[in-house]
Amino acid sequence: MSADAAVPGEGARAGRLTERVLRIRELGIVAALALLIAVTAILEPRFIEADSLRNLALNASILAILAVGQTLVIITRNVDLSTGSVLGLSAFLAGDLLSEHPGLALPVVFLLGIALGAACGLLNGILVTWGRVPALVVTLGTLYAFRGLAFLWTDGRQVNAETLPDSFLNIGSESIAGVPILVLIAVVIVVVVGQWLRDYRPGRELYAIGSNPEGARLAGVRSGRLVLVAFVLAGALSGLGGVLFTARFGTVDATAGVGYELTVIAAAVVGGVAIFGGIGTVYGAALGALLLGTITSSLIVLRIEAFWQQAAIGALLLIAIALDRLLAVRVEARLRRRSARRAS
Amino acid sequence: MNDRAVPLLELRDASKSYGAVRALRHGNISLRPGEVRALVGENGAGKSTLVKVLGGVIRPDDGDILVDGQEKIFHSPVDARNVGVAVIYQEPTLFPDLSVAENVVMGRHPLGALRRIDRGAMQSEVERLLDRLGVGLSAERPVRGLSIADQQIVEIAKALSFDARILIMDEPTAALSGPEVERLFGVVRTLRDHGAAVLFISHRLDEVFAICDTVTVMRDGAVVHDAPIDELTPDEMVKRMVGRDLSALFPKQEAQIGPPVLAVERLTREGVFFDVSFEVRAGEIVALAGLVGAGRSEVARAIFGIDRSDAGHVEVSGQRIPVGRPLAAMRAGIAFVPEDRRLQGLVMDLSIARNATLTRMRALTRLGLIRAGAENRLAREWAERLNLRFHRLEDPVAFLSGGNQQKVVLAKWLATEPKLLILDEPTRGIDVGTKSEVHRLMSELAGSGVAVLMISSELPEVLGMADRVLVMHEGRVTQELNRDDANEERVIRAATGVQAA
Repeated sequence: MSADAAVPGEGARAGRLTERVLRIRELGIVAALALLIAVTAILEPRFIEADSLRNLALNASILAILAVGQTLVIITRNVDLSTGSVLGLSAFLAGDLLSEHPGLALPVVFLLGIALGAACGLLNGILVTWGRVPALVVTLGTLYAFRGLAFLWTDGRQVNAETLPDSFLNIGSESIAGVPILVLIAVVIVVVVGQWLRDYRPGRELYAIGSNPEGARLAGVRSGRLVLVAFVLAGALSGLGGVLFTARFGTVDATAGVGYELTVIAAAVVGGVAIFGGIGTVYGAALGALLLGTITSSLIVLRIEAFWQQAAIGALLLIAIALDRLLAVRVEARLRRRSARRAS
Repeated sequence: MNDRAVPLLELRDASKSYGAVRALRHGNISLRPGEVRALVGENGAGKSTLVKVLGGVIRPDDGDILVDGQEKIFHSPVDARNVGVAVIYQEPTLFPDLSVAENVVMGRHPLGALRRIDRGAMQSEVERLLDRLGVGLSAERPVRGLSIADQQIVEIAKALSFDARILIMDEPTAALSGPEVERLFGVVRTLRDHGAAVLFISHRLDEVFAICDTVTVMRDGAVVHDAPIDELTPDEMVKRMVGRDLSALFPKQEAQIGPPVLAVERLTREGVFFDVSFEVRAGEIVALAGLVGAGRSEVARAIFGIDRSDAGHVEVSGQRIPVGRPLAAMRAGIAFVPEDRRLQGLVMDLSIARNATLTRMRALTRLGLIRAGAENRLAREWAERLNLRFHRLEDPVAFLSGGNQQKVVLAKWLATEPKLLILDEPTRGIDVGTKSEVHRLMSELAGSGVAVLMISSELPEVLGMADRVLVMHEGRVTQELNRDDANEERVIRAATGVQAA
């Protein structure tokens, strides 16, 4: 090849190009976040007081945990719409258990909540992998089924903060070394899952499944089992999110977490997780959750009507999707031209 | 090569049918250590089916697979891989979103402490493999955007990475340039010298003779010849590949050739096809021949405006048609019967009548509603003219056989009274009877003054139907042959890039 000398540089540049795009993507969210906070702070200085920022982080934490689970599923070219309903079930489980048996050890409550979520995820996963039903349909079904179950079970009851032990409620409000416990939990989950996706075989294989299902099969990836694992993990994280929801808000009824699934998916997509699988990180998804949470808070602080809140999230989603598409098209065109030049 | 050595991999009397179509019968092949074997045959001769059986992708209905003389059953591609079989398919099976390195090691990432992926080891291992292949690909770049040639290199690196003993390559050179082919052959020779067996599928006979020791020829799903390569001349090999009488099958009528209908001027789509110019006249059937991947379908798609072209233009009856707008192309009088009728030609769940009249929807509508009576009348008229076999016009088109489905696609387009009909693989997967009906129809249309552009990978069809044959090779039109000058050998030679003897 006559262009041999130039070739290694070309490859490395292409590698850097896509890496740069990913970084631009995540920096973009951080920039939007900074801008949002700055503008809100100028209009309403109390927004950046310690208490307010603390609330901001607390609100985003549960959302971020759910977004991590959602990312695991979306990467494999699936989706989990039942997130909010699973959260509702496990939130009520935690509240009900603790108000009936206030002496119950907290780790037991957490484990039961997580186990309930995992069981819901297992059902989703089995229907998707063994039943070969598209995830969209399966989880749309379980979205209603799990919510219906919650209504049956609560039977109109409500769990109130007064009936819950303080040790439990503290988890939702106390801090360790100045960092709220909820935020710590969320950060640990994001980092653990993030590293697992980055540096462990099953994590990489999830990307392979989403990127080219047939290729994954030919490469000997056990797709069915891994997709099942992704759904179970997503369910377990929703379960954990439910217990934390009760700890944070204290009041729980059958409607806990209604509509969360869409916010969670929006957070992941805004964070750069491709809805067709194969692309995205939980770090991006967590940043997306933080951004959406901040928008909600800042609009409340600025006393803007709830309608605008939804419009803002919608606009953000469209911008994120348009940006992704634009970047993808440009990168692909550049890579194609480079390869063509090299070949000639 | 050692004749007496136990074959590393052997297939005995394998067969495979899809419905009524026997894709493979008497599939016999053996691969010995240090052997490079060619597998040749026309498109549709059953080569790919045989390869899929060896690769564990499909299980034969009958017959045995032997590895080192021991009977084995491949339940999945993984079983084949575990005994050292690596298959490089025509269409690369890579992960576009992941890096080259990850594509190579997927499922077998090198692990460090705590089963964590050792990225350093992965990177250096893959870089070593790429160096060995003599390519300047970066291991860290994503696969998305790589040329087919480079994707093939990644596939080969994958095979090398698990020390495959049996390497099967399904047309690996189809998209490679000269130096790239040389590079690949260097790798193949090294593997052979280390005792591996290589099965090499190619349409380029010069390459087959350059690199292979033995050859297996397939025709109509069966192995018809198996011998050392030097027992055959290239001409004899082509004869064995074709081996049938063509003249009887194709009812080509003489047609009055009129003025040019389609004029394609220097049409180019970067990285796909280059500088393509030709004309099709009224009453003329022009065939675009060439290998899969030569860019034929892409040219057709660009003419009809499905894909955008980067340079050049298309004229119909002297009028330039705008780039990238199928509706404008339709209005100019072009009809396009696509390659994949199930995905692109039909709406499988809609009725026969609705499918057959889709292109005429506007004319059948009054006040925004489709008039069912008019729709049925038009559909019935075409069903009769095309001799369509159906139960009820209201049945979903999915109920029809492949041949009858193709007739519905044809009806849909003929109802627009086109000046130019583009047919991409019009008879693929159609039984012999319906096939000749489609041919008769093409001939009649040409006779009535329609210009026909046909893409076909079946040589007999090309030679039997076309007034003129344009042969494409690697994105360029490399030869133009008149009906009287066209023969199998010439077309194959031009399509495979072999210079005429």
